[in-house]
Amino acid sequence: MNDAQSAGDAAPLELRIDAKTFLSADGTPVEVVRGLELRLEAGSFGALIGPSGCGKTTILKIAAGLDLDFRGQLRRPGSGRLGIVFQEPRLLPWRTVKDNIRLALPAREAAVDLTDLVEILGLGSHLARYPSELSMGLARRAAIARAFAARPDFLLLDEPFVSLDEAVAARLRDELVALTTRTKVTTLFVTHDLAEAVQLADRLFFLSDRPARIIAEKSLPPPRGRRSRDLVASISDEMRVLVSQATTDAGRG
Amino acid sequence: MPRIYSLAALIAVWAIAAALAQSRLLPGPLAVGTEMLADIRSGELPFQMSCTLGRVIGSFAIAMVLGIVAGYAMGRSKAVDRYADPWLIVLINMPALVTIIFAYVWIGLNEAAAILAVAVNKLPNVIAVMREGARALDPELDEMAEAFKFSGLSRIRHVVIPQLAPYLAASSRSGLSIVWKIVLVVELIGRPNGVGFVLGSAFSLFDMAKILSYAISFIVLMLVIESLLVQPLERRAIRWRRRPA
Repeated sequence: MNDAQSAGDAAPLELRIDAKTFLSADGTPVEVVRGLELRLEAGSFGALIGPSGCGKTTILKIAAGLDLDFRGQLRRPGSGRLGIVFQEPRLLPWRTVKDNIRLALPAREAAVDLTDLVEILGLGSHLARYPSELSMGLARRAAIARAFAARPDFLLLDEPFVSLDEAVAARLRDELVALTTRTKVTTLFVTHDLAEAVQLADRLFFLSDRPARIIAEKSLPPPRGRRSRDLVASISDEMRVLVSQATTDAGRG
Repeated sequence: MPRIYSLAALIAVWAIAAALAQSRLLPGPLAVGTEMLADIRSGELPFQMSCTLGRVIGSFAIAMVLGIVAGYAMGRSKAVDRYADPWLIVLINMPALVTIIFAYVWIGLNEAAAILAVAVNKLPNVIAVMREGARALDPELDEMAEAFKFSGLSRIRHVVIPQLAPYLAASSRSGLSIVWKIVLVVELIGRPNGVGFVLGSAFSLFDMAKILSYAISFIVLMLVIESLLVQPLERRAIRWRRRPA
């Protein structure tokens, strides 16, 4: 198996993907990831940044343990309680918001109190509604609530804020920062938006084009989530230089 | 309302045709109604109908359970589908009468053979519909259930069954009507009671009033089952869909 035993709560996330290939529709193998190595300290927030179609979602699925068909090794942080927010909310359309959140709970915690979580995400008055009656912003909130409900020690988010208008996305980012800070969950966040990554993360991982690997890494000084607009802009500029340098180096090597 | 007008018009056409024909071979609504009332009072009609209804329920249940399991397996696994598909094609194209004759010859002229023969006739249709349903299951929701470690039972209850509900409704709809038609044939050939048996003996006596009264009673019974059982279940299953504004 690819996932080894995790050693207590303070274990970091360690992911090594030597190779991951897909068979395309006409039967030819396509290499999506090659030689990727990623280490994320327990309790920190990492962002994977890369161009569209570079295999970010594939990497996330492997990290989640949903795709075991790869060469490499995965060591997940904590006791293996996973929370995940997919690119689309993926709520069950035939269950209410409340049931959608509750269904993600392990059976023995079915009665746990979710009032706080629901209040932080502003879902209080929408619990009895069905997903088709929600705006995209609310559906994404419900998906985030579901991921946090089981108090995960490993959280994965796959571009959870795309196709939201900027005001809603900004509020949701603040809520995400509040929740991840409070629960100290090890988080891996996938995005193509550099400014978003700089605002949210402790550590940035830049991906190359296909086959994806990490071409640059950068730790950001705390406190995350409360970086000013100017600071985000200046770090982003600095990162762009770093990444273009790394890309040329990679091209030469 | 339009449904009632339409039905009234049908009965009116029937009454006029019967009045014009003035024949023992086409009794009017009144003659059939009197016959029906008499048979209900004597207990004959309720008894024969309940025999038939029991067979309908039995074979319907068997066909649905086996069909759902087999159809789901075939829809989910390409390997199972590849091996089972030729069997399904044989079964679909087997004439109902052949299955009935084989069942009576091999098992004997008894209740088990009758119910089994009807179930086997209905089965391939359920399998084909449920296979379509299983093929249409959303892999993204499967992945979600996997990520959040849903138990097997809650996966079936909250992820699979709601997605299969329209297919279940479609196959039980068409199922009920096919099953009760075949049950009558089974009864005609090899049972000493039930609506099919009564129709057979009425046929040999050219008793058209009896034939019509039993046919109408059974249609009414099936309509009642449809509107009191199938439709409410269906409404419940789709209550999450956004109502048209």
